[in-house]
Amino acid sequence: MRSGPAAKDIGFAHCALVAATSFGAGSMEVDENPQRIAAGQPQPQQNDFSPDYLKLYYGRLFPYSEMHKWLSYGNDGKHPGCDASFFSRREFSFTLEHDIYLRYLSFHDAAALEAAIREKCPHKIDIGAVYNVDPSKRTAYSGAGGDKVFSPVERELVFDVDMTDYDDIRSCCSGADICLLCWPLMTIAIKVVDTALRDDFGFEHILWVYSGRRGVHCWVCDSRARRLTNEQRSSIADYFRVCKGNEMNGKKVAFTGPALHPSLLRAYTEVLKKYFEEKILPNQKLLAEEENFMKVLEMVPDDNLRSQMRSKWQSSSSSSEEPNSKRWKQLKTFLEQGKSKGQALRRCVEEIIFSYTYPRLDMEVSKHMNHLLKAPFCVHPKTGRVCIPIDPNNCEAFNPLEVPTLSQLLDELNRVDTELDPRQKDWERTSLANSIRYFRTSVLDPLARTNKAELESSYRAKLQEMASKPNLSW
Amino acid sequence: MEYKVAGNKRTSFGDGGDGGGVSSRLSFYQNSSDVDVSLEDFEQFALDRLRVLKAIEEARTRGRKQEDVDTLVIDLWRKHMRTPSAADLAAKDMISHFVLRLAYCRTEDLRRWFLGMETALFRARFRAETPDAQRKFMEDQKLPYKAISAAEFSSVKEKLGQVARSLNQPVPNADNTFYKVPFEEVPELVSARRVYLQRGFAFVPRDQLASIVVGQFRGRLTKALALTNRLWTTTIAAEEKDRLTPIVEALSMRYLGADYSQPSKGYVGIQDLDNLAKKSFPLCMRHLFFNLRHDHHLKFGGRQQLGLFLKGVGLKLEDALNFWRSEFTMKMPVEKFDKEYAYSIRHNFGKEGKRVDYTPYSCMKIITSTPGVGDHHGCPYRHFSQENLRAVLEDQQLNPRAVEAVMDKVRNRHYQLACATTFEAIHGCPSDGINHPNQYFEQSRKALQCDQDEVPEKGQQSGMVQNVSPHPVESTPLPVP
Repeated sequence: MRSGPAAKDIGFAHCALVAATSFGAGSMEVDENPQRIAAGQPQPQQNDFSPDYLKLYYGRLFPYSEMHKWLSYGNDGKHPGCDASFFSRREFSFTLEHDIYLRYLSFHDAAALEAAIREKCPHKIDIGAVYNVDPSKRTAYSGAGGDKVFSPVERELVFDVDMTDYDDIRSCCSGADICLLCWPLMTIAIKVVDTALRDDFGFEHILWVYSGRRGVHCWVCDSRARRLTNEQRSSIADYFRVCKGNEMNGKKVAFTGPALHPSLLRAYTEVLKKYFEEKILPNQKLLAEEENFMKVLEMVPDDNLRSQMRSKWQSSSSSSEEPNSKRWKQLKTFLEQGKSKGQALRRCVEEIIFSYTYPRLDMEVSKHMNHLLKAPFCVHPKTGRVCIPIDPNNCEAFNPLEVPTLSQLLDELNRVDTELDPRQKDWERTSLANSIRYFRTSVLDPLARTNKAELESSYRAKLQEMASKPNLSW
Repeated sequence: MEYKVAGNKRTSFGDGGDGGGVSSRLSFYQNSSDVDVSLEDFEQFALDRLRVLKAIEEARTRGRKQEDVDTLVIDLWRKHMRTPSAADLAAKDMISHFVLRLAYCRTEDLRRWFLGMETALFRARFRAETPDAQRKFMEDQKLPYKAISAAEFSSVKEKLGQVARSLNQPVPNADNTFYKVPFEEVPELVSARRVYLQRGFAFVPRDQLASIVVGQFRGRLTKALALTNRLWTTTIAAEEKDRLTPIVEALSMRYLGADYSQPSKGYVGIQDLDNLAKKSFPLCMRHLFFNLRHDHHLKFGGRQQLGLFLKGVGLKLEDALNFWRSEFTMKMPVEKFDKEYAYSIRHNFGKEGKRVDYTPYSCMKIITSTPGVGDHHGCPYRHFSQENLRAVLEDQQLNPRAVEAVMDKVRNRHYQLACATTFEAIHGCPSDGINHPNQYFEQSRKALQCDQDEVPEKGQQSGMVQNVSPHPVESTPLPVP
């Protein structure tokens, strides 16, 4: 049932185009050769990451104040309604070199966060929930008898989309590898989930981040999202769950009714159909290679039709210019004609398209408030790439192979060191500038406006409540 | 919460019920009134309610439809909760709920179970009420939901029609009432895409009103259970050490039966596993085990399901680590395994994190799991396509008649019965029913060893049978009156 190695071979030609990304990701050798760095040879792929580079990155480029501003949600100001302990109740976790794992770290302010990151130089920084008490003092509250049990009170709603979950439909690469042929799957995921979060759920402050290697993360920062219970988080994750089949059940998507739910219909007409026909179908050679079209035909519930198509396609040579779109038209025509035969065929075209395009979320990440997720602007130790934000309105332009790497950033820093403008921050002179500017203007600024309004109104409500109370207690 | 347990006499609630109907009075069980109750009733009422909850669970693991479950619940409620008068029923409802709340507040697993079953019970009872009674209940509980106006309806009419048709339901018209509520309040409708969502609001049709109220019920009970748990650990357990505590603790055991967190007999080594897997693993675990052997990898859900099962079978922590490591490292370096996977194995054995010794998954948990792409866990009878299941059964040397018998059970959604039928076909002896993969395993060992030692020494055999009995005394099914 699995087709791992074979599928990989088929896609090999394409992978060669983009071997850059997958270098080092498939093989686990991370030992670099220091000689090469010293010699200054252009070996970007191998030398993208090293602990020394990371130290420099944390020293000169990492956007500490932006991170602190984001995670304070307006509580870092002078307003009397501010909750001064808010930021310090947030859990951070560091993964150090040699996989030393530090959980339940917390920091009083941006300076403390910066000092700790510079000192420890973590290979990975995770962000957890905001707890009811300072996570680093949690043990004081864990004993029985205390009236405060250590528990999470707030947390962004997060999503994780990982390319490995698409392995059964990718023929270009598998596992940790990605290339420009399969990356459109992530573009689709961003478009579909982002639109649904806004239009269906009414969220506004949504941050998409490249995970550094083979996927994307999403942070929904609205206060309403941050206060969702685990059950409500699960329900949203389930709302996005369309592909249900497991390894022993060929059909991954099944629609029963005569119409699609409005949210799925919107995804289908605005994104999925177009991307399937223009990108996924040709990119993945879904109907050109026998192994692939057999999988597609498995989803056709009519035995006659299935064998008819199979023999037709097996006999015709697939070397003709573009078998994918031709065969897709054939299959669609046959399915349309077959519609009269019964309910089962009616939704087959949609079912195939959804199976090959609809986002596949890692459900567990979204379901629990205290699940950790890698912070934006971390550096992926295997690729050396920075986890930069992705603008959902322009996500089709995002190219994971052009994401700045550590070595590239440091090169850029070195190059312009001579003509220093003292007012300029280091990052402004590197290709990280666009990412940090986007984070400031498109994420932090709108968030700040909302934070301010919410702080005002909750403070006013509190004052009113207090004003009405004294009479009762006296 | 105030429990007064009198010697023998019982006074009923002061604010007795207002007659008739299935429920007599629905309640959110926000506060228990002071009430005297005899010790016998204290336990008996709870047991009666437990019978209803237990039956709900069974119906669910069989994958019965919501409507069928509802009907069944109402029948069971009538049967088990019968009282001479409506006022008595209200009292019995209150008392039994609060006693079980005490019994099931004590661990995360118990709370989750109780919450799920009580919510299903409440839903069924609410849906059985007349529209007027439902409206009155919502008013009494101050649930401020207003129907949308005709103008608003026509603006979203098309979308509401799409939702209805996607569910194979008739398209709504202006006579149908819809309520507009924050999506947070109807998680179960959101999960199943049973509502139209627009900018954070869900449009809930009148016949799904139950979901809103049920959501409220669930939310409140979740909070209440956490609170009860705190009270229990801080005061009640100690204060009632000699009187209520034993009853309460026995009550939760009464349902749960063995949890297989400790292997019931001896330990097994890695070298035994392949043989055991072939002969005595239920299909779900066989499938995981041999997939692991074949692919040298399993995704999270599969690792959990198989790993905890193996722990229950008697694999020690060190052996478990070696076993998983030897498989995974065929495809990855040892360091990666030690970094990414060893932790969660130690975690399952209670050696990391919260240090809870986790229990193997029961059939119910496995059947209701939702395996996705690349997953091998779940219940084969529920999650495999029919062709694949048939092929697997034939691989197991089941004869065609047995295969048909199993497939028949599957079609009727009796997944555990299908598993028991497979057991019987393989072992050639009756099974005592399958509720837990480790129970399957132990029954299988017992059956195979009886075969082997046809003429064993008497003492040894009886000793062994006692040890591996899948039903320790306290877990015998509840007697049906």
